[in-house]
Amino acid sequence: MTDSKYFTTTKKGEIFELKTELNSDKKEKKREAVKKVIASMTVGKDVSALFPDVVNCMQTDNVELKKLVYLYLMNYAKSQPDLAIMAVNTFVKDCEDPNPLIRALAVRTMGCIRVDKITEYLCEPLRKCMKDEDPYVRKTAAVCVAKLHDINPTLVEDQGFVELLNDLLSDSNPMVVANAVAAITEINESRPMVRINLQTVNKLLTALNECTEWGQVFILDALANYEPKDEREAQNICERISPRLAHANAAVVLSTVKVLMKLINLLPENSDFITQLIKKLAPPMVTLLSAEPEIQYVALRNINLIVQKRPEVLKQEMKVFFVKYNDPIYVKMEKLDIMIRLAQQNNISQVLSELKEYAAEVDVDFVRKAVRAIGRCAIKVEQSSEKCVATLLDLIQTKVNYVVQEAVVVIKDIFRKYPNRYENIISNLCENLDTLDEPEARASMIWIIGEYAERIDNADELLESFVEGFHDENTQVQLQLLTAVVKLFLKRPTDTQQLVQRVLSLATQDSDNPDLRDRGYIYWRLLSADPGAAKEVVLAEKPLISEETDLLEPSLLNQLVCHIGSLASVYHKPPTSFIDATRQPLRAAPVNATNDSKTPATSQTPQHQPQSTVIPSQDNLIADLLSLDLTAPAAPSYQQPQAAIPGLDDLLGGFDMGATTNTAASLGGIGLNAPLPNPGAPPALDIFGGFGNESNNTFGFQQPPTSASNVSNGYVAPKELWLDASKGKGLQIEGTFARRNGTIFMEMVFTNKVMQPLSDFAVQFNTNSFGLTPTGPINVDAILPNQSANVEVSCRTNGEARKTDPLTSLQHKYAWKFLFN
Amino acid sequence: MINSLFIVNTSCDILLEKHYKSVIHRSICDYFFEIQKKVDNPEDVLPVIQTPHHYLINIYHNSLYLIAVTLNETPPLMVIEILHRIVQTFVEYFGECSDSTIKENLVIVFEILDEVLDNGFPLTMELNVLQDLIKPPNFLRSIRNQVTGETNHSEVLPTGQLSNVPWRRAGVKYTNNDVYFDVIEEIDAIIDKQGATVSAEIQGYINCCCKLSGMPDLTMNLMNPRILDDVSFHPCVRFKRWENERVLSFVPPDGNFRLLSYHIGSQSMVAIPVYVRHNIVLKNGSNGRLELTVGPKQSMGKMLEEVIVEMNMPKPVQNCNLVASQGKYSFEPSTKVLQWNIGKIELGKPPTIKGTMSINGNAELESPPINVKFRINQLAVSGLKVNRLDVFSENFRCFKGVKYVTKAGKFQVRT
Repeated sequence: MTDSKYFTTTKKGEIFELKTELNSDKKEKKREAVKKVIASMTVGKDVSALFPDVVNCMQTDNVELKKLVYLYLMNYAKSQPDLAIMAVNTFVKDCEDPNPLIRALAVRTMGCIRVDKITEYLCEPLRKCMKDEDPYVRKTAAVCVAKLHDINPTLVEDQGFVELLNDLLSDSNPMVVANAVAAITEINESRPMVRINLQTVNKLLTALNECTEWGQVFILDALANYEPKDEREAQNICERISPRLAHANAAVVLSTVKVLMKLINLLPENSDFITQLIKKLAPPMVTLLSAEPEIQYVALRNINLIVQKRPEVLKQEMKVFFVKYNDPIYVKMEKLDIMIRLAQQNNISQVLSELKEYAAEVDVDFVRKAVRAIGRCAIKVEQSSEKCVATLLDLIQTKVNYVVQEAVVVIKDIFRKYPNRYENIISNLCENLDTLDEPEARASMIWIIGEYAERIDNADELLESFVEGFHDENTQVQLQLLTAVVKLFLKRPTDTQQLVQRVLSLATQDSDNPDLRDRGYIYWRLLSADPGAAKEVVLAEKPLISEETDLLEPSLLNQLVCHIGSLASVYHKPPTSFIDATRQPLRAAPVNATNDSKTPATSQTPQHQPQSTVIPSQDNLIADLLSLDLTAPAAPSYQQPQAAIPGLDDLLGGFDMGATTNTAASLGGIGLNAPLPNPGAPPALDIFGGFGNESNNTFGFQQPPTSASNVSNGYVAPKELWLDASKGKGLQIEGTFARRNGTIFMEMVFTNKVMQPLSDFAVQFNTNSFGLTPTGPINVDAILPNQSANVEVSCRTNGEARKTDPLTSLQHKYAWKFLFN
Repeated sequence: MINSLFIVNTSCDILLEKHYKSVIHRSICDYFFEIQKKVDNPEDVLPVIQTPHHYLINIYHNSLYLIAVTLNETPPLMVIEILHRIVQTFVEYFGECSDSTIKENLVIVFEILDEVLDNGFPLTMELNVLQDLIKPPNFLRSIRNQVTGETNHSEVLPTGQLSNVPWRRAGVKYTNNDVYFDVIEEIDAIIDKQGATVSAEIQGYINCCCKLSGMPDLTMNLMNPRILDDVSFHPCVRFKRWENERVLSFVPPDGNFRLLSYHIGSQSMVAIPVYVRHNIVLKNGSNGRLELTVGPKQSMGKMLEEVIVEMNMPKPVQNCNLVASQGKYSFEPSTKVLQWNIGKIELGKPPTIKGTMSINGNAELESPPINVKFRINQLAVSGLKVNRLDVFSENFRCFKGVKYVTKAGKFQVRT
């Protein structure tokens, strides 16, 4: 007797048949029919047509039948709000049932029915249930407040439910306390309303020992948001929660670690208490690594943060991070990361022999990462560099294609870290020149040839062979090739003049790539104007690359350590990006469900536009065109912000690649790669020089500030279509940016392509990396059908600037809000 | 918290969807399927997946994925724990959690899912309580229900819900009272080519099968509690007493549960009970050679049983022609798994297997690591021993038993 029988109905009139069965007099038959309905519902069939018949079965003493009907209601009430009202009476009655199970069930279900009219009726029963004598009912009611808040926040505040919830924090039953905490946490997320104070902390700490494991997680997470006022208090909390480290539930353990990591900051460094506490931290985290792979993954991501913050915690535990060949790939990758972080002089030989072992595995991605890890060990632990280089050479001998390519890439980094030490291996590398087919490996090899051109006899031949296929190369390789040939020329000017001429003309005349072209021009001008200066620029001493290029930025790290065990800590991204980014667009969606069809742009809102202040409200929204890309659509970019920083500081270094990140190389071209439609022409530099000086000096090297402010009319790009009438509800916008007398203007032409006048325009910019904000409102009254208006918005650059990924931020995103009558 | 839950199988069918807040359309799973199609092994899907507006936190179990969808910041570990707990619940209810059992019990599954979470928060996760609320299906009961018109649903609130021992139901009665403990230790180890130990750990568990009436209060004394430096307890264990007296004192849940798990790490010496000598050459066309010898090492007078040696051969290996001095071997040409099932190993007669393998191509191949499974009964390799067990607060005679077993966990020998 399995539930699959519920799917076998006669072919025709399935719904009709169910209808008759639902209205049958026999209880048994009714129940079976409801079960059939639920079974269809769970697999996604639409059985909403049976709504009235199912609701009729609601008044019953049979708990199972009642539950089934409730399940049905939760799913379909929204689609039939008027009929759902029919159920209200039963709910209200059930809320007063002598059986606490029924009371709780009723209040629970009502909260899940997201129909406005029903929520109004819910308030009274809910208030009663929150003071119910039975803790089971109270605990269910606590969660119901969170549900209600999700549907209608103002109602919850007006009706005083937040205060009632606050009262539940001092409930005698720990389970009720835990659920109240959970509900408050969820409500606080959208709007902080309840602050935890000393008094509640004590209550929570008491409840912690008695409530369920899930309640413990909620309480611990709430404690993490509390700031103790002094050391003694912090120490007291630490002592009271540290037994939780021995809990079988991984979530409890990690939340405890979070609170402890946060409180440790408040305690005096190097005290005995801290040493003790840190000793306690290691074993439970190691234990997490013997749990299910999914748990291991989250644990490893968090351990990665902890070892960056406090390497002493796990320094003895290197071996637990050794990779087993049947670990899932995501666990392998994370373990490898942590191994490198923990690598030190005393364990490096062990680590190296492991890494060599991994380099022989089958999984290509993993092998690559292992080879890279060897390079990072060499850079991190100087004493081991000899061994690492030897290991890498061994690996190159294997001739396994991808191993060789990775090895070449990391050897380039090793050269940069230890100049003039291992150049004798260059000949070995050159042997493998033909097998390199990946851009990064080719680029690295070319960099090596250019950098050490004076030691490689046939450097010119080698580079020439690359130049043959210049057009087919990847941009990264082309840029490297250009730089390498210029270096070669500066080192051996006599016999390579022809080659450099050729490369320069290839880069400047035959290429469509602005990065390449502009770098070519710069070299060309440098070489023709002053070869001495060119030598100083191109062959300048490069800064040594740092040991830990992949460390998180300290401020972000500190922030993340206080959020261990969260999604932010898994992605190593600032916690704020999670709350806003996910909430905003979705918040808007249900409220404006009726308008959805009219706002095509909202659905494409890239996620990293969370701080847009344009929240469409129901009555005045007509077109909400968030994130209008002026140039190519930007793929949502989740790059970690710190990647940009070395590149910005070292823009000239960017010409020379050398730096380990690709971003540095591509950044070389930013100033020239304008967002405007016609970026190639040299005059475009001016306008951006101006932009840069007033914002955050991104391109400061191009124009001194004085000359920038004197430029009265720089180059103005022709107007470009920003918003097509078909997408803008009939409003077409063409526009460009201009700067006059040091002020930036956004010049636009609005054209009305519908049969009604448009009016009440307003503009708002999302925070961008220039801090660009409009100084005033749009001064246009109304545009009649088929008419256009010139619109000019002056902008200032002293608004809130937010550093975004430099490349995408150039493609400004604006939030537009147009109000029509 | 958890917004919606989807159960999907490896062939991208959505078996079931359950929404705890507003409905999220099932097309959200497409993001998951996209990633699922890219990975080589089904277990390689990243547990936390980001989509433009949602996060998909998933676990893999027995060709099924449970996907929890969440909108905002939620502790991922908690979600993963919840999902694992749901799987365990299904296993207890239906014997296993698989594609077919879910499909067969769709309505009960749906009811369970409705009961375990409320608004995405855990509501009733304790198995004992849940089983009181929704009775597990069994044949006898369904017959009786047919006759009497009863249902599998409890009409009253289970008492366990709110007592301070939420994990135990009240009013349990047995005619024979017994309680059994299994001390299970798994050795995870990596052994290098030369036979030296790269890393070795013991993962230990004490599982309990408790069939005692009323509200028994148990205390367990261990012979050498000091070796357990890293322990995680079932919530029923009183932590204070463990900290102060190193005594395990608890009111057990009814039925099967894990009392504690412990970890003996790389800091301490772990005895390795088995050695594998190997000589593997995979090259030269059809002339691959393989020779393995497996034997006991420091097994403390106990016999190695259920010994299985497994190797995942590289793709070019076509077939094996081997002779085993003991046990049987099999080679699966499609998956390239060589399995040698040895069985018991008697002292003094280490079994061997040798022979040739045919290989495509001429390149020399890396020989794959060897995976070893074994079992030693009546031995906890760490030396852990239960000294005595006392039952308080109930007056009955009961039968108490402790069993020890040592198994191989992830035991790998590199070649």
